[in-house]
Amino acid sequence: MPSTKLLIDDVSMKFATPAGVFHALDHVSLSVPQGWFVSLIGPSGCGKSTIFNIVAGLQEPSEGRILIDGVDATGTIGRVGYMLQKDLLLPWRTLTDNIILGMEIQGVKLAEARARARPLLRRYGLAGFENAYPRALSGGMRQRAALLRTLLFDTDVILLDEPFGALDAQTKLRMQEWLLQLWGDFGKTVVFVTHDVEESIFLSDEVHVMGTRPGRVIETIPVALPRPRVRACTTTPEFMALKEHCLELLHSQAPSMEDAA
Amino acid sequence: MTLQQTPAKVVTNKILAGLDARADTAAGAAPAKPVRRLPVQKDWPTWAILAVQIGILVGIIALWEIGADTGFVDKFFWSHPSAIYNTMTIFFTTGDAFTDIAFTFRSTILGFLIGTFAGSALGLSFWWSKNYAAIVQPYIICFESLPKLALAPLIVLVFGIGIASKVAIATALTLVVSTLTTFAGVKAVDPDGEKLFYSLGASRVQVFRKFVIPSCLPWIISVLRVNIGLALTGAIVGEFIASQHGLGRAIIYAGQTYDIALVWVAVSVLSALAIVMYVTVSWIERVLHKGVKG
Repeated sequence: MPSTKLLIDDVSMKFATPAGVFHALDHVSLSVPQGWFVSLIGPSGCGKSTIFNIVAGLQEPSEGRILIDGVDATGTIGRVGYMLQKDLLLPWRTLTDNIILGMEIQGVKLAEARARARPLLRRYGLAGFENAYPRALSGGMRQRAALLRTLLFDTDVILLDEPFGALDAQTKLRMQEWLLQLWGDFGKTVVFVTHDVEESIFLSDEVHVMGTRPGRVIETIPVALPRPRVRACTTTPEFMALKEHCLELLHSQAPSMEDAA
Repeated sequence: MTLQQTPAKVVTNKILAGLDARADTAAGAAPAKPVRRLPVQKDWPTWAILAVQIGILVGIIALWEIGADTGFVDKFFWSHPSAIYNTMTIFFTTGDAFTDIAFTFRSTILGFLIGTFAGSALGLSFWWSKNYAAIVQPYIICFESLPKLALAPLIVLVFGIGIASKVAIATALTLVVSTLTTFAGVKAVDPDGEKLFYSLGASRVQVFRKFVIPSCLPWIISVLRVNIGLALTGAIVGEFIASQHGLGRAIIYAGQTYDIALVWVAVSVLSALAIVMYVTVSWIERVLHKGVKG
């Protein structure tokens, strides 16, 4: 097993609300090995996005630490690539200039950053759109651009927060395969948040199923399916069994209809 | 299969029967509905509209002139087109036309530029500190609700009868609009965008320069047209109160000496100036918008 890249060490997050203390996260510990692809899956309000904000240094946890390569990175920004749900491409920048944003902020010279971005745009299906503005692109292309921006920001760990949540089913499947190709090429350590059980199993080495109230990890499920994965693997009995197990866990977590009303 | 199909069929039949029944009553008892068509307006060609527009203008001028000749319109109060034309010729040949136009133009543009830039900068500055914004905001709103033209006599006293007082009034009018609009833009900056920048390790200066300013630019640009009108108003009011030059001064002077023809001349020139500036600023606004939106 490779060395631990990212360690979420006993992290808790509490908020004071008028109704009392709200536990967004309750003693969450996760260890992500170098180069792995892991998913977090769980119902709304289980604190997935809070974990991401804490790992990215945008929120300070109430308790616990974030270690990257064994070094304490709690509350420091710019250590991990973070892709939010929205693509957040800047409408006043061309595609190339959007993708180099991370490098630009880190002080890489514009000409050099652009030179590094161009071959990637071509390689990953955005050829011909180098100088286009974001509004000229389809949803899938915008999402690909946002992902390239995250990858080009030179960090070993990247966090993807439901990147394909807003895409139609066909595009979503294509994007998943594209993401796996990208992950293979770049060798990054990926933490992926999704609502989609099939998506999480298809992509990941390990799926962490989360529960709500308080937010916590209820089970970690290793996915031993062989790589490289093809779409056909989603219909194998092993895949089905994993999916069923995940769904059961999530179902036991879901609030009953009376609670929701 | 049959078990599943039968109830559905029954329901469909019932619906069809209901539809038939309703169709029967509509055809039999109720009076026939009047036939109506969508009203369609035929657009006139551009030349026809232009011809009518010019016709109306010529008609008014002709009626005015004839009215003045026949004594129907009082020449003393209203003057008349031929006299206005003569005065116009004199105003432009031997009069101060160009000095006055240049004076009003300069104070308007200076007030517009200073007010817009300072206002936008002030509005953007609120991004840096929520506390500072909270402290300053009531003062800004207070200044906004204040009728600034009521302060004009004071401003003229302080800044003198030269161009400075006109620029100051024009600035006062434009500054507040720009400040409040830009501040609204600052409040509308996407927090997720800021999050993205910070996650990439950006400093506050970088977020401000690369994200906040471009995000607010459409808001800043959107007030340019309003501001050019306000700046002109400010400049003219300044000239009304005390001035040695300017179209506003020409209007006041002509009114006080009962030179009604000159009032009309100055007002027409002022309108022409206003239209030229408005059209120019609208054009700039469009160009900038294109640049901002990519």
